[in-house]
Parts: sequence; C-alpha cells; structure tokens
Amino acid sequence: MADVTVSPVDKARRNPEPYWIERIPGAYWVVGVLLLILPSFASNFFMFQIMGWTFILGIIASSLMFLAGYGGMVSLAQLTFAGVAGYMVAIFGTSAIDTISMGWPWFITIPLALIIAVLFATVIGWLAVRTEGIYTIMITLAIAAAFFYFTRQNYEIFNGFQGFNSVLPPQLFGVNWRGPEAFYYLTLFWAAAAYFAILYLSRAPFGLSLQGVRDNPRRMAALGFNVTAHRVAAYAFSGLIAGIGGILLAWQSAQISPGTISIAPAIDILVIAVVGGLRHPIGPFIGAFLYVLLKTFAVDVLIALGLSGDRFQLLIGLGFLAVVYFSPDGLLGLWQKLRESRQRDPLTGEARP
Amino acid sequence: MIRRFAERHPWWSAILGLAVLILLYLIFAIWPEWLVEAIGRKKIFLNALFNGITLGGLYFLVASGFTLIFGLMRNVNLAHGSLYLMGGYIGFFVADWTGLWLLAFPVAFLLVAMFGVILQLVVFRRMEGEDLRQTLVTIGISIVLADLMLWFFGGDFFNITPPGWLSGPMETGIITSQRVRSSGEVVTSTLTYPMVRIVIFLASVVIGIAMWLLLNRTRVGMLIRAGVDDRDMLSATGARIQLVFVGVFAFGAGLAGLAGVVGGTFQSIAPGEDIRFLLASLVVVIVGGMGSIPGAALGALIIGLAEQFGSVYFPTYAVVLTFLIMVLVLAFRPQGLLGRA
Repeated sequence: MADVTVSPVDKARRNPEPYWIERIPGAYWVVGVLLLILPSFASNFFMFQIMGWTFILGIIASSLMFLAGYGGMVSLAQLTFAGVAGYMVAIFGTSAIDTISMGWPWFITIPLALIIAVLFATVIGWLAVRTEGIYTIMITLAIAAAFFYFTRQNYEIFNGFQGFNSVLPPQLFGVNWRGPEAFYYLTLFWAAAAYFAILYLSRAPFGLSLQGVRDNPRRMAALGFNVTAHRVAAYAFSGLIAGIGGILLAWQSAQISPGTISIAPAIDILVIAVVGGLRHPIGPFIGAFLYVLLKTFAVDVLIALGLSGDRFQLLIGLGFLAVVYFSPDGLLGLWQKLRESRQRDPLTGEARP
Repeated sequence: MIRRFAERHPWWSAILGLAVLILLYLIFAIWPEWLVEAIGRKKIFLNALFNGITLGGLYFLVASGFTLIFGLMRNVNLAHGSLYLMGGYIGFFVADWTGLWLLAFPVAFLLVAMFGVILQLVVFRRMEGEDLRQTLVTIGISIVLADLMLWFFGGDFFNITPPGWLSGPMETGIITSQRVRSSGEVVTSTLTYPMVRIVIFLASVVIGIAMWLLLNRTRVGMLIRAGVDDRDMLSATGARIQLVFVGVFAFGAGLAGLAGVVGGTFQSIAPGEDIRFLLASLVVVIVGGMGSIPGAALGALIIGLAEQFGSVYFPTYAVVLTFLIMVLVLAFRPQGLLGRA
C-alpha cells in the first residue's frame, strides 16, 4: 500500500488550510448579515421591543446555559445576579430617585455594577456548590426569593416596592442609546459578545475541565483539578454575563424594581434556556425569541381563538411542559433528532454512510 | 438517645439545656419591669411564640410530604405548593357546600392523593432516574396548575371558617401580667389563644408521630426505609417498589392537600400561596435535612418561630431572617441539621 502514503506537502496542496474567513459556517453569514441589516426594514417596535428584549433575555438565559450545560449546575439565581447589576447601576448612577442614586459617571458605575454582580455570584456560587445536582435548584430558588423579598422590604438602599425609575443609558458619543436603532445594535453587540465568549470558553482549557467536572467530579479531583474552584469560577463568569444582561434590562424598561426579579420571571429564565436547549450557546437565544414572540402576541392569538387573553401563562406552561416532556434537550434536541432521522435509511433504519 | 447526645456533645447539650430553661422562665414567670422594657410586653412575646409553633405545625404538614417523596424517589416535586393550594380550594368548597368542616380534610386528602397517583403514573414513572427532567416537568406542571386555578377560582381570597365549637378563644392559664391597683387589689391577666390553632397544632403533632411510627414500626415503613437507603437492592429482593412509590407519592401529595385545608383555616387561600408554601417547605427541608421526617419537624419549628418572632421584633426583614437561617445552615452543615451526610 505504498501508493496510499501522501507526503505532507502534497496533502497541503490538495487540501489547502482554509482561511479563517472560509471556516465560518454558512449559517453564521446568513444570520449575521440578516441581523446587521435588520434595522433597514424592521419597525421600531420590532427592533426595540422584540429583538432588544430577545437579546437581553437571551444573554441572561445563556449565563444559565453556561452553568447548566457545561457545569451541570442548574441555577435559578441568574436573574438575581442580573438584578444586582441592574440595581447597582440605578444606585450608583442616575435615576429619578435622586435621594438614593449617587449620580456617578458611567465609566465608574458600569464596571462597579459588574464587579459587584460577579462578587455576589461568587458568594452565592460558593454556597450553592456545597450541594449537588438537584439541591442546587432548590437553594438558588430560595436565594432568588430571599433577594426579591429583601429588595421589596429595604427602603434605604433598594427603595422597596417601587424600585428605581428613569434608569437611562449614558448619552455616549452623542447617541441616544435608548433609541430603537441604537439600542438594537447595543443589545446585538452584547448578545454576540456573550455568545462568542461562551463558545470560546467552552473550548478553552477552563471550559473543557469544567465539562470534565460536570461529567465525573471524582475523577477530575483525582486528576488534581480543584472541583470546587472550577464550579465557583463558573458561577463568577455566569454572574458577569448575567450582569451585562441585567444592566441592559434596566435600561430597556428604564426602571428596576422587585417585580423585575421576582420568582416568576426567574423561573421564566430557566424555561427560556431549557426550551431553547442547553447543549449549545445559541439555544437560549432561540428560546428567548420564542418567549418574547409568545409574550407579545399570545394575547392576540388567544383572543382570536375565542379564549381570554389572561391565559397566556397557561400557554407558556403547556409549551414548556411539552418540550421538556418530549425532548429533554429542548428545541435544539428536537432539531438534532430530526436531522438524524433524515439521515437514516427509511427502510432499514440504519444510518446512511 | 438524649444521654448519647449529651455524652457526645457536652457543650451543645449545656447550651440547649440553658436555652430551654430560659424559655421556660420566659413563659411561666411574671416578667420584671426591666425585661418588659428591654423586649416589650409578655403578651406579645407569648403570642409570637404560640403563633410560631402553630405555624411550624402547618409547615411540618406541607414539608413532611415533600421530604418523604424526596427521600424515597429523589424527586424534587416543585409542584408541591400547587398541591397545597389545590387542597385548600377543594377543602373550601367541600366545607362551603356541606357545612361540615371535618369532612373537608378527608376529601381534600383523597382527591389530592389521587392527583398525586396520576402524576406518578403518567409523569414520573416515565422518567425515572432523570432528576433534572423530573424537576423541570414539575415546574411546568406548577405553572399550568397555578394558571388553571386562577382561571377557575379567580384571584379572590378564600377563608375556610371552622365550626362554632372550635372558633372561640381558649384560656391557656399562663399569666401574662400582674398589676397592683392603687386600691391594693391584684389584677392578673392570662393569655387567651384561638382554640382552632391549638387543635390543629395538636392534630399535626399526632400526624407526625403516626408517620414516625408508620415508618419505624411497620412492614410498609420498613419497605420505605429500605427504599430510601438502596432502591435497586430493594427491588432486587422482590419487593414491589413501584407500588411503594405510588403509595408514598399519594400519601405525600395527600398531606399537602390536607395542609391546604389547614392553611385555609389558619390564614387564607389565594393565588401566590402555592409559591409561598413551596418556598417554605424548601427552606424547612434544607434546614432540617432532606428526606428526614424528624428533620422536617425541627426545621418547620425553627422556620415558623423565626418568621413569627421576626415579624414582631424586626418587621422589615422578617422574611429575610428565614433565608438567613438557611444560608447559615448551608454554610456550616450542608446536609441539614438532622440530615445524613
């Protein structure tokens, strides 16, 4: 079989190493170009309310996807981390409640808010990783509830039930960042940043060892990896991502209050991430898009079907139940199943070559 | 058992003994002036204490079903609060239509237990061993149930009224204050407490003891305990474990329904109570120890007392206090106070 051996030079000539630009899959080009030119034909409502909100919820849900998908830790406290960052921006920055808000400039406020969110996430993570698997859900749920009640009761720092209104993004470079187009690009940028950061990290040494910790913590510990440190670090990173989402969330609705971070929306974040799929960072964004579409248009659909518009929550719950019941991996899992079944031979059921 | 504990932890026993003595003094003694000045009137203290203990009884009823189901099936049933709320509504309508308060308890227990059987057969048996998926499904079920109940019953508060022979106050005979009038006459006032709360608390103690006896002294209890320790081994010996699962799930769900009737009599039934009681039972079992019935009792007592004393002495942060206790327990004893490591 001497003729089969190919010298490396020949191999390189036949199969030249592709440029980095050629290695980007086609789907990225389509989605990327579509998202970039979207403002030229979409309405302001669609850009600000639908897409902006999708990206924000997607960012927060992808912080959960990172924790759950790569770390195996399902946390219900992600919206709480987001809420901490949102509150900090309101407290240190400007808002209508000028007795509490300190009015510091944005280049101090935003990094400070993110640092506090990361510290908070680290402390919560340190508490949560003392428990395993299913316990983590319960503990993070209890922590989310505690923070919600705390912000609702505390009037000195968190302004209680009312929270803060007029929490606006800074007028940087003379742009009104809450204008539909500017806000669309702002959220798109951070969503893309979060997406690629998670994608990168999942292939970096830290992400790989985190996945090892997820699959077999005892073996990783025996190999000399510090299991607890990896888990806590994953919480810290997820706190950063969630914090970015939280600041954007506060800017989008121009307010932050205990209602923003109560239990129901915290569970919605889990619903979004699970329905989209926890296998790949794109999942949460798909889930968020569906959720926002449902939340915006379900009332119209329900009324058109002759039902009361109040049954929106029922629709969400049933949809979530159906997805979890039939496909534990969410919509991405369904897609995967569909693709596999199409690759199968319909007669024998075996995979086609 | 007490002697063994005292031998192992002499310091803890001393502290616990001292705490019990102080508590007995606070309950039975007539408070001197300086104590009243320091922490307020004795009546307020006693009311908070009694409210806390009886609330603990209610929490125990909800949380014991939760912890039993978890202990055996490793299934975190996040729809447990919805079962509680469902029991409350059923109890309200049964009591309202028939006028028999006592009938509300067995009907709520049975109907919610039947719903639990359906849940176990249709949902949980199909995804055995998949903890996360089960938990997610129960979240979905609780969202759907909450909205269905809001649809049928509306957002109103429902209050189950206990029958006449239970609704009055009861003389406890504990002296709250003693004053000497200028005429030289000594006026003694004693604490009166709602009869229904005391009866319900006693009933929950009876249920707790019955459950403990069932688990520790009967054949079924032996099966359940064996299942908690090693499920696979138990089924390998030929025990019909699926039947045990269904039975325990039905019993746990029924307890939640029963607790709903109690809660509707104590307080009221309204949308949102499901999440409140789900959280309460989560905190109770985390503090007490997962899967342990005595742990649930201890946790329920601690959380009930913390909530009531908190709402009297530091009203702003009463809710946060319970979560603070949970965090402390987690930090120093992650398996819970009476949980097994």
